[in-house]
Parts: sequence; structure tokens; C-alpha cells
Amino acid sequence: MISAHGFGDPGKMKEYHYTGPVEHRFSPYAFNGGTVLAVAGEDFAIVASDTRLSEGYSIHSRDSPKCYKLTDTTVIGCSGFHGDCLTLTKIIDARLKMYKHSNNKSMTSGAIAAMLSTILYGRRFFPYYVYNIIGGLDEHGKGAVYSFDPVGSYQRDTYKAGGSASAMLQPLLDNQIGFKNMEGVQHVPLTQDKAVQLVKDVFISAAERDVYTGDALRVCVITKEGINEQTIPLRKD
Amino acid sequence: MSSQLLQLHVCKLPRLKKSRRNSGIPLHFFIPTLPNPAPSNNRSLFPYSPANQSVTVRRPFPLSHGTTTLGFIFQGGVIAAADTRASAGGLVACPEVHKITPIHSHLVVTSSGSGADCMLWERILTREIRLYQLRHRRCLSIRGTAKLLSFMLHPFKGTEVCVALTLCGWDKDLIYVCSDGARLQGDIFSVGSGSPYAYGVLDRDLRWSLSKEEAISLAREAVFRATHRDAYSGNNVDLFHVTAQGWSQRKREDLKEEYYRDMKRKTNIVEG
Repeated sequence: MISAHGFGDPGKMKEYHYTGPVEHRFSPYAFNGGTVLAVAGEDFAIVASDTRLSEGYSIHSRDSPKCYKLTDTTVIGCSGFHGDCLTLTKIIDARLKMYKHSNNKSMTSGAIAAMLSTILYGRRFFPYYVYNIIGGLDEHGKGAVYSFDPVGSYQRDTYKAGGSASAMLQPLLDNQIGFKNMEGVQHVPLTQDKAVQLVKDVFISAAERDVYTGDALRVCVITKEGINEQTIPLRKD
Repeated sequence: MSSQLLQLHVCKLPRLKKSRRNSGIPLHFFIPTLPNPAPSNNRSLFPYSPANQSVTVRRPFPLSHGTTTLGFIFQGGVIAAADTRASAGGLVACPEVHKITPIHSHLVVTSSGSGADCMLWERILTREIRLYQLRHRRCLSIRGTAKLLSFMLHPFKGTEVCVALTLCGWDKDLIYVCSDGARLQGDIFSVGSGSPYAYGVLDRDLRWSLSKEEAISLAREAVFRATHRDAYSGNNVDLFHVTAQGWSQRKREDLKEEYYRDMKRKTNIVEG
């Protein structure tokens, strides 16, 4: 009898009582945790991530942010398997340089998103285990957020949470930014200060309830003036 | 004698030899060659042929699946409708996906199956159709498009690519193409986990002589009932109407409102 549990999620905690004979197999993936969030405003975008790198019961690092700067107007957040995150960002950087040299201009956020989709789909049969969210300004200077699944399906959104605490954060964002599931509220557009405060509050809540999220929060605010980074401490337990 | 013929074939048509390795077809059988763009696309996009891969790596995450899409033909053209939910395992990955995409001004495709596969294959199809249009100075027919798509998907038969597209075109043609290799023409198709519920509603009221408004409201009703009963379909409904003049899109409607209106109607009937 082959217990299904032997194939289980590489990152999840093991069961410590005997369930039957189990077939073990090498898995090329590991789950390193982490949560990423991006919000698009009228003329700004925010990409935020926690900085904890974990595996199973251990924490590898408390200072491993998951936001990577791509161009002056685009930041990508990658969570999932850290090895694939690093390789993927190296590949994206290389492709950005190639584009810059051939076309004499930087890639726009929409173009980076379309390119990332094809890069991810190129590995359809051995995917990058990465949940990506791109945040930046589009050609008209408006905030843009593009969220991806691990094989390249993508969509432009106003806000998106990805990573280990995404299932907890997404409904909260739907309610606070999308004004969903509320009756009789005024739909006020989000200001930059309110958005940054909301992101901080949301991560503090995530750190309370998700074990893989915590340590510190890195917030990147992208405006036409440039990219501004802040680090806020979160709970370390 | 036959071995000399064999030699001739091998020298003149090396492609036949390759096909013999792949599919065990006898050497003298003529295999129609795929159109030129398709193989080179596959080679540049996919570093290793999926047919060669004998070991599949187990994925630790679920991909988005589950949907209700439908298309039907009536006297006023073709209607394509779909819900907008993308679910990955038990989570709603995105409540506002576009499952109906225009390929060009007179052709629309509804997608079902794995979200990433559909999105990328639609992109590839759009590029191929555009290239055909530029090279041959005319639009490829819907049947030709369906055939092209089916042949492009063929190398991935047996792999995990899961794509079920319905092409809805201007000359009242509706063709269903799927990654298993099916290519079917019909008058009414509904695809996805919610399709049984949609078929039930459509089979009752669908007639050739429907007016445009009746057809639209029938399609909306079918998607609404399917989203009500199927867990993996929901959120909004997208509607496209394709005629000889091109496609037109109806504003996306939230089915939550429709549900409340329906409840109200039912209580009025009970009371009144």
C-alpha cells in the first residue's frame, strides 16, 4: 500500500504517528514561505513583502525580502520556493538588459508582465514554484498590479496578495480596497498614505495568524519620483 | 525490392523516418506535415519536447480549473457566454477572469480547462492567425483556424496540457477544439464543470428563431443557473455576440444581483 502522504507537500509539517508504509521520493521543490502583496493607486503602486525565509519548522533567515527591483518603475514580488525565485529574477534581469540593448528603452510594466508569462509557460512541464506579483506604473503613469500563477496565467488587478498568507489577506483587501461585501459605503479612491498604512496593518494581522510570515516587512512605494523603500519590524515568533 | 523502396523513401523524405520512431506507423504511409510555423514555435517555447519526457515532476501547487462556458448559433449570429471565476484547488484564485477572448474582429474564443494553458494557447493562436493574414492577405476561415489549433495542440496530447476552446465565428460557425484531439462542429456547446446545468437550461428554450434579446437573456440564464449549482463557477457573466459585422461585448454583470432579483421574483410568485 502506498500512502498518499509520502507525496505530500514538501514544506508542510510531517505527521508523527504511523499511517502505513510510505513511499519517499526526491522532490525538487521546497516551500520557503513568505507573503507578498501589491496595491495599485491612481499614480502610485505599492509592493510589500515580509522578510522571513523558512523551511518546515526552521527559519533560515529573518532578512530575506521578496521584493526585487526590476526597473525604475517596476518591482516584482516573488514567494514560494526561494531557489526558483532567485533564478527567475536573474532570468528576468537578463531579459530586461537584452531588451534595453536591442530597443534602446526600458521595458514597461505591461511588457514585463507579458514576458514573464511566456517565461513561466516555457516551463509548463516542470514549473517554477513561484507566485509572482508585479507592481509598477504603466505608460500613462497610473498604478498597475499584475498577478501570476506558477505557470504563467496573469491578470491586471488593483490589488493582490500572494504567498503563504494570501488566502487570509485577499478577503481583507477585497473588503477594504474593493469595498466588496459592504452595503451603503462610499467608494473613496485610495490615497498613498492610507494605502501604506493599510498594507502595514494587513501584514501585522498576517504575522499573527500565519507561521511563515513575520520578522520584518519591506514596503516599496513606486511613484514617478522613484522607488522608496521602508522596513517595519513584525513579530519574530 | 521493398527495401530499395524503403531506401528511396528514407532519402527523399526524412520526416517519415522520424514519425516511424514516434508512432510506429509503417514507413510507406504518408504523414501530412504540420504547417511550418508550428514546429518552430514549439521548439523556441519549449526547451524539451514533452513527448520525450518520461518522468513527470509532481507539482506541489494546484492550477486553476473549473468553469462554465457556452456558445450557440441562432438566426442573429452566435452568442458566447462564460462565467468569470478561476479556482485553484478550493481557493478562488481570481474572481474576474476573462474567459472569452477575441482573436480578431470577427472571431471569439471561449476557454475552459487550465487557465494558464488557455491564455497562452490563445496568444499563440492569435499570433498564427495574424501571421497568416499578413502572409496570405486574407483571413483564415474558422474551420481552418480550428484545424490549425488542433494540429498545434497535437504534440501535447497525453501531457497535462488541458485546453478546451470553443471558436465562435462570423459565418455562424461554432467549433469545439480540445487538447485531447477532439475537433467538433456543432450548433450548441457548453464546456466545463458547470456545463450539465447550462445544457439543461439551453436545451429547453433554444430555437433558431430567437431574437437577439431573447438569445442574450437565455445565455445569461444558463450561466446563472450553472454558477448557482456548480461550486467552481461563479461571480460574473461575460457575453459576446458575433455577427457578420464583427463581435460586440455586453457589459459584465454581477450574478449576485441576478440572484437577489430571482429570489424576489420567487417570493412574489408565492405571495401573489
